Amino acid sequence: MTSREIAGKTIEFDEDGFLANPQDWDKDVAQELAHEVGIDELTASHWQVIEFSRSDFDERGEAPTLRRLKVAAGVPTKDLYELFPKKPAKKIAYVSGLGKPHGCI
Amino acid sequence: MWDEKETDRKLCIICSKGTLDMAYPGLVLANAALMEGIDVTIFFTFWGLDMITKREMSNLKFTPIGNPHKMNFGNRTIGIPNAVAGFPGMTNMATSMIKKEMDKLEFPEIPEFLEMITDAGGKLYACRLSTDMFQLHEEDLYEGVEGIVGATDFMELSEDAQIIFI
Repeated sequence: MTSREIAGKTIEFDEDGFLANPQDWDKDVAQELAHEVGIDELTASHWQVIEFSRSDFDERGEAPTLRRLKVAAGVPTKDLYELFPKKPAKKIAYVSGLGKPHGCI
Repeated sequence: MWDEKETDRKLCIICSKGTLDMAYPGLVLANAALMEGIDVTIFFTFWGLDMITKREMSNLKFTPIGNPHKMNFGNRTIGIPNAVAGFPGMTNMATSMIKKEMDKLEFPEIPEFLEMITDAGGKLYACRLSTDMFQLHEEDLYEGVEGIVGATDFMELSEDAQIIFI
């Protein structure tokens, strides 16, 4: 467990390097986390994915899989890889302030 | 802290079986690799071609014949002795059970899974020897397949890649 200052708040990270407490997250934090993963500007499409992921986490207790984002949030797989390149599932969970995703799909 | 590194890792998966239970492992691994930014190529050969043949891909089956696994789903055991497993309808019954369990885990069916993989940049190839043997042509194959290639082409495609044979 480590902590760092992000967007003026002290935030704890777990041993996987993901946010330890989803409630520490806010939109300014998301913007800084996005920079860390190489996303310059969070667009409306990014926010759609992030907001769905946050509410799905509240409901189900885990970050959504890419399949769930496709089926339940209606964001095509191609778009997920374009919005969050290379490691979409991990980047989405990271920027959304959720723990490391464990889903296989 | 985000300390994930980008990778130049390459993975080639050879899918040689066409039963439902042997189709999923290759696709799950391919999809997982793509989610990790790994370059993925899948080569379908022999019975594995059923996974990308339009008229078969939605109808892959699981048969309990010769499978000593007791099919324990939590507390439910659906062991089917070999002597019974060959009765008419048993393969369909076992297949629908497996499909139901996969659906509970929110796994896509084979065509949707292939679409997810190609949308993520995975490349699919059919083996020439096998398509010749089964008299299949490009138009018989799932549209996301890049092409039909021979074993020597596969050697070029898989240069520097880690290979998984299923």
